[in-house]
Amino acid sequence: MPEPMGFYTDTTVCIGCKACEVACKEWNQLPATNGGRSKLSGDSYDNTRRLDGIHWRHVKFIEQFDAERRQGRWLMMSDVCKHCVRAGCLEVCPTGAIIRTEFDTVVIQSDVCNGCRDCIGACPFGVIDINPVSGTAQKCTLCYDRMRAGMTPACAQACPTASINFGPIRELKQKAQARVEQLHGRGERGAYLYGADEKMLGGLNSFYLLVDKPEVYGLPPDPKMPTRNLKRGSLWSALGAVVVGVVGLISLRSRRDVNV
Amino acid sequence: MSSTFFTEPPHWRWLIILYFFIGGLAGGCYFLASMIDLVGRPTDRPLARLGYLIAFPAVVVCGILLIADLGRPERFWHMLLQSATWRPMLKTYSPMSFGAWGLLVFSAFAFLSFLGALGEDERRHRFSFLRPPSVIGTIVSALGGLAGFFLASYTGVLLAVTNRPIWSDTTLLGAVFLVSSASTSIALLMLLGSRRVFLVGGLRALARFDTFVLVLELITLVALVVSLGSLARVWLSAWGALLLLGVVGIGIIVPLILEVRAHSPLSASARAAAVLVLVGGFLLRVVIVLSSEAI
Repeated sequence: MPEPMGFYTDTTVCIGCKACEVACKEWNQLPATNGGRSKLSGDSYDNTRRLDGIHWRHVKFIEQFDAERRQGRWLMMSDVCKHCVRAGCLEVCPTGAIIRTEFDTVVIQSDVCNGCRDCIGACPFGVIDINPVSGTAQKCTLCYDRMRAGMTPACAQACPTASINFGPIRELKQKAQARVEQLHGRGERGAYLYGADEKMLGGLNSFYLLVDKPEVYGLPPDPKMPTRNLKRGSLWSALGAVVVGVVGLISLRSRRDVNV
Repeated sequence: MSSTFFTEPPHWRWLIILYFFIGGLAGGCYFLASMIDLVGRPTDRPLARLGYLIAFPAVVVCGILLIADLGRPERFWHMLLQSATWRPMLKTYSPMSFGAWGLLVFSAFAFLSFLGALGEDERRHRFSFLRPPSVIGTIVSALGGLAGFFLASYTGVLLAVTNRPIWSDTTLLGAVFLVSSASTSIALLMLLGSRRVFLVGGLRALARFDTFVLVLELITLVALVVSLGSLARVWLSAWGALLLLGVVGIGIIVPLILEVRAHSPLSASARAAAVLVLVGGFLLRVVIVLSSEAI
């Protein structure tokens, strides 16, 4: 059994070249947006804007400037499916299309998915969407086909700055921790790891080194499992059914006005 | 900010809204029919028959809506069978998976009771054993009634078991949908039965039931808003206006006033109240689904 594999993305060395996006699209043969006629976002140099069924990698540009645009900084982050150890999408999928692989990654089997879209709303990171060509939900597979052949995922292979690191999770965590300590030593006290800890959905097999709050990067500060509401929601429904049932029985049994 | 605001909408739009509404009517009309059959007066049997006659066609429409909404409709059966092994596909902790089976089970009961309701007709008398007071009919009605309660409420739990804003920020949607299913189903039965003078006794009982249920619906809606806490501010918008004016005003308050003033369940104001309750029930699902989809 192979050990859990994943990504560690060091956002401090990302230069926003989007080579990972291109490599992902090319390897996975993902279609162009709008038949190749891309619309410019108009308010950012980033025109991909979000992850979806045909964008399995997305380099976010976080442009932090003051009103006069005299001072500011760019934060770049190559976003992707987090391959959660406790995955909400996998939990709710009613067809069994979403599976956990031998590498501890989460993959949607496109030949099984029927496009019900339950996983889209269940994902705490907004990663999944429908691929309009296949009509099924799709997202990053962590290049399952390449991994099975002993290859590095296309995005990590293409990354020119080693922002995207691929490997066994155990080794990636050690590397990431060393990098955080290095950054702290250089005075970047805001550096921390997002998702490396098991407290977050059992750990994210794609975790990040960030230097600002998760919300700044469009990441949820406290992602949760969708099934957290199952028991309580069912109990309230059952209570509602009991109340409606009792009121109904009383209303139907007690007739003051039978002979009208 | 709640972590639910970092997610993407599943594009559940009008087909799903219609399913929630018609599914609520199917489940609600069935559990009302079974309650009338099991504890009501013999004179009310035509009202129960009406409920069964609505429930089965409605659940067939539900199936069509759900299949049409899939990205790959020809794979609808993947919800019930594993496509590779043909073994049953059931996840008890996934409301959509459990709901697909629940819908199937409810459809079976709805079909049997539909036949039983047709059996009231002289020419199809051989199916009358499928309705109470026969033993088989009683079992079918009782179990089908429970499945009806399930169908009327699981859709709210389905929304709660996501990570979307509003839907997963409360656990009360199942109860809200269930109570709304009861009120809309009572309204539909009252509307369709309102031209039959001989049903006036049963209709009066239903009107009384409806008054209680509308008050209960108002309470559950207030509880829903309270349970959302500060997140309820997302309804400080056109959606909130629709909730307040359409769902609460037109769908609950005005019908309550009309029902209290109506001298008979056969009157025009009682019929108007029933129509408004149906409109309010539909708008409730529109607001709940689309206000989250819009975020």
